Amino acid sequence: MAAILDASQVTMDFGGLRAVNNADVHIDQGEIVALIGPNGAGKTTFFNVITGVYKPTTGDVRITAPGKETESITGLKPNKITEKGLARTFQNIRLFQNMTVLENVMIGRHCRMKAGIAGAVFRDRKTREEEEQVVADSYAILKKIGLETFVNELAKNLPYGAQRRLEIARAMATEPFLLLLDEPAAGMNPHETRELDEMILKIRATEKISILLIEHDMSLVMSISDRIYVMDYGLLIAEGQPKEVRANPAVIKAYLGEEFNA
Amino acid sequence: MVTLKQIRNSVLIALWMMILTFPIMVIKVNTIENIVIWRWMNLLYIGVGTVILSIFWFFLINRRKLEPEERKRSFALKGKIETLKGVLAKPVVQKPLYAALLVIIIIFPFVSSLYQTGIMITALMYVILGLGLNIVVGLGGLLHLGYAAFYAVGAYTYALLHRYLGLSFWVCLPIGALSAMLLGILVGLPVLRLRGDYLAIVTLAFGEIVRILLENLSQYTGGPAGISGIPRPSFFGIKMSLSTAMNYTYFLTFALVLFTIFVVRRLEHSRLGRSWVAMREDEVASEAMGIDITRAKLSSFALGALWAGLAGVFFSAKTTFVNPASFTLWESVIILCVVVLGGIGSIKGVVLGAIVIILLPEYLRAFSQYRMLFFGLILVMMMIFRPGGFIPAKRRVYTFDKAQLEESD
Repeated sequence: MAAILDASQVTMDFGGLRAVNNADVHIDQGEIVALIGPNGAGKTTFFNVITGVYKPTTGDVRITAPGKETESITGLKPNKITEKGLARTFQNIRLFQNMTVLENVMIGRHCRMKAGIAGAVFRDRKTREEEEQVVADSYAILKKIGLETFVNELAKNLPYGAQRRLEIARAMATEPFLLLLDEPAAGMNPHETRELDEMILKIRATEKISILLIEHDMSLVMSISDRIYVMDYGLLIAEGQPKEVRANPAVIKAYLGEEFNA
Repeated sequence: MVTLKQIRNSVLIALWMMILTFPIMVIKVNTIENIVIWRWMNLLYIGVGTVILSIFWFFLINRRKLEPEERKRSFALKGKIETLKGVLAKPVVQKPLYAALLVIIIIFPFVSSLYQTGIMITALMYVILGLGLNIVVGLGGLLHLGYAAFYAVGAYTYALLHRYLGLSFWVCLPIGALSAMLLGILVGLPVLRLRGDYLAIVTLAFGEIVRILLENLSQYTGGPAGISGIPRPSFFGIKMSLSTAMNYTYFLTFALVLFTIFVVRRLEHSRLGRSWVAMREDEVASEAMGIDITRAKLSSFALGALWAGLAGVFFSAKTTFVNPASFTLWESVIILCVVVLGGIGSIKGVVLGAIVIILLPEYLRAFSQYRMLFFGLILVMMMIFRPGGFIPAKRRVYTFDKAQLEESD
């Protein structure tokens, strides 16, 4: 079976700076894969290339949605890529602050809806039914993530941990087969991180969604990942299972610097 | 309530004010007898007046910092206003209230003068313009400073089509709206890559281009002299006296206002409306959530322009005369004021905003030369004490009944 995501030889240049250098990443169905590395290693840039925010300088990103043909998504616009089934969250929370929690999730449903201008004005039966369905679906998603008590609250009034979870709920509303989480545990306390850990595993188990995550919290990465990629200065320096990566001298060097032997 | 430091500051402000106004308020040259009159009393009035005003100012500022509950206690009157608000929100009260409002609106042209009716029509047209711009600025978050250009397109479409082809008001109404919308799309395509300030500048320039074009294509548009003799809206060809025609226009405009509110409300609570608000909140995130930003921007731009086109056709029909001077940057700014003052993204707010902005200067005529000063002062005060506008926008609240809750388990 083909990998659901296959990024081959992706390079991203910003002027003279090579942010991502010849990266090969693949994710198989049902995997949780982590992308780690020191600050400024190019992890988020790599995310942005996959989700269409940037067009890679060279290289190709192909996806194989379950039950569909393999296709290239290189250079597509972000909204198209989301339609194809890749959804993401952001490193610094980017919720729709002045919309309610439910509306945030409803926006996620946007690309699975059809109503246009005429439907909005005439509000025919189809549009009404679609609208009701979206409200019900969104509520169900909130319930799954455990945010149903905040339904009509403005997103900006939510506690920090809940905002992070709302981002995940919003991404899940787009019905992805691959969820890309950019530092989901950033700023969370150990208790919240543990909850997140359980939630990610639950999402994979119940929704059949594969996950690629960027994370600095090593306890989270080591406990849930099936495989880990390590990036440093735009280059992938290691790949493998958590225990392999942990013992890899190149990784230790990237994180801790070289050992000085007198 | 007011600290000692603030009182000291008020005195300093008063001193500064006295120095500032000294040349114009104190010195007066009598050119006939060639003597200088020193009006020292004026200086005293300004000093005392400024101290009182600024202490009052500080008092208001201090009150703003209090918690809402403390505020209620600090002002007995405020408590009463709050309960009044609560009473107004009740459906039992609201229905008769709206009915009464409707009755007033219907009776209004029959009991008021022609002049008053004319002003009211203008106010209603600004309601339409405000609601249209609200789609672009309030929902879409695109700062648009050339909105009057679309207004002009609607007005000139009717004027020109009548002049050259003899088309009637009712034929021109949809044509005017569609041509404004089309222009909205054409301008939107290249311009909408820009954001924020850049978009504002380009739309401003576009507004000026349209006005200058109208001024200089004199062989078609009559140049600065404009086009006159545009007929008022017809009613199956029946001849009407001036006052009947005015009343008829009034009711047509009112009907269009109701129609606008109906459509804009539906748009706001639709898939499209939500995508506009999401775009306003965060463009990058909304794109990542599967919203086609180009489509969302273009549709908000085009649908905003549509209402300006409609209002434009009404404008030329009401005044029976158009010239480019009616579509200056000032016009765009006033419409933007309507939206911001009323409450960005709030339909009720925009309606109230339009009525206040148009009627206030009219009824401030009693203060003749100071009226624009008062008008400006009210705008500044509003933005300090009610930055959300008269009636700030509220997000829709969804209720879930028991059955639904169980179903989703």
